[in-house]
Amino acid sequence: MSETLLAILLVLLVVLGAIAVRAADLLLAVIALGAYGFVMALIWATIGAVDVAFTEAVVGAGATTVLMLAALLRTSRRRSPLPSRLRWVALAVVIAVGMALISTTTALAPWGDPTSPPAAHVSPRYLTRTVAETATPNAVTSVLADYRGYDTLIETVVILTAGLGCWLLLQRDRP
Amino acid sequence: MIERHESVIVTTFVRALVPLAQLFALYVLVHGHDSPGGGFQAGVILGATYITLALALGREALDRHVNEPVCVALGAGGVLIYLMTGVFGMVGGGTFLDYSALPLPVSPVRARYFGILFVETGVALAVAATVVVLFCRLADREDRR
Repeated sequence: MSETLLAILLVLLVVLGAIAVRAADLLLAVIALGAYGFVMALIWATIGAVDVAFTEAVVGAGATTVLMLAALLRTSRRRSPLPSRLRWVALAVVIAVGMALISTTTALAPWGDPTSPPAAHVSPRYLTRTVAETATPNAVTSVLADYRGYDTLIETVVILTAGLGCWLLLQRDRP
Repeated sequence: MIERHESVIVTTFVRALVPLAQLFALYVLVHGHDSPGGGFQAGVILGATYITLALALGREALDRHVNEPVCVALGAGGVLIYLMTGVFGMVGGGTFLDYSALPLPVSPVRARYFGILFVETGVALAVAATVVVLFCRLADREDRR
């Protein structure tokens, strides 16, 4: 059942991605991208990554869409056509990157394999000790904020830096 | 420039929705220990409520609630909360970001629980401020087509 659902969602993902790339009206492209984020959230929820699904739903489907719409307000709804000689360069780059990505998928650990390195290294320790050590049943929260506190600290700094950069670059009364 | 929406249904609905959504953001923040959620998601939801306000009630309504420099300062304050939680771990005799050593009148395990809550609050502040500032800058008052 969940694999049928997953297959349907993945096909939907490809269709929405194609619409976002091909749409002549950028408003349509942005909305398709928002729907893409929402389908992605459904996929995360289907495979059990609920925290990631939550983040994808609020960021990918929500905040990003609104920020892109706001960017459309400042620019234009129509896309400018790509010069024709650049089309072939773009196609070649996309095919090369796509082939490289597909060729690496065989090196990934099988999904859900309990003996794979990502599942067997430090994950069992976090999963079994999180309640005893941090009184936090949601292991995602304890790993993010406690066991891997440095990562999250630097990520927060990155987010603030991005916000500060946009704030300074898009000031109202710049000459 | 975003004008106030004409439909009274939209404006009334948003007025009712925003406080509830902000309450939900608080719930997501403090309930992240036991259920999906946490500081990042709570921050985005909190920031999104202000964007909703601007989209439905117009840019002026947002300006009445949000002062951009204060917003940036709040975001920096969020990172500061995170950093200070780490430093207070050192004050209590541990290493940087060792929440079990936080000088709190609770057991070390409970101190880690509260340490997570403190840093998640900092993350939520930083993320919410960033989302709001990004929207404020992109949807500026003047139309520059």
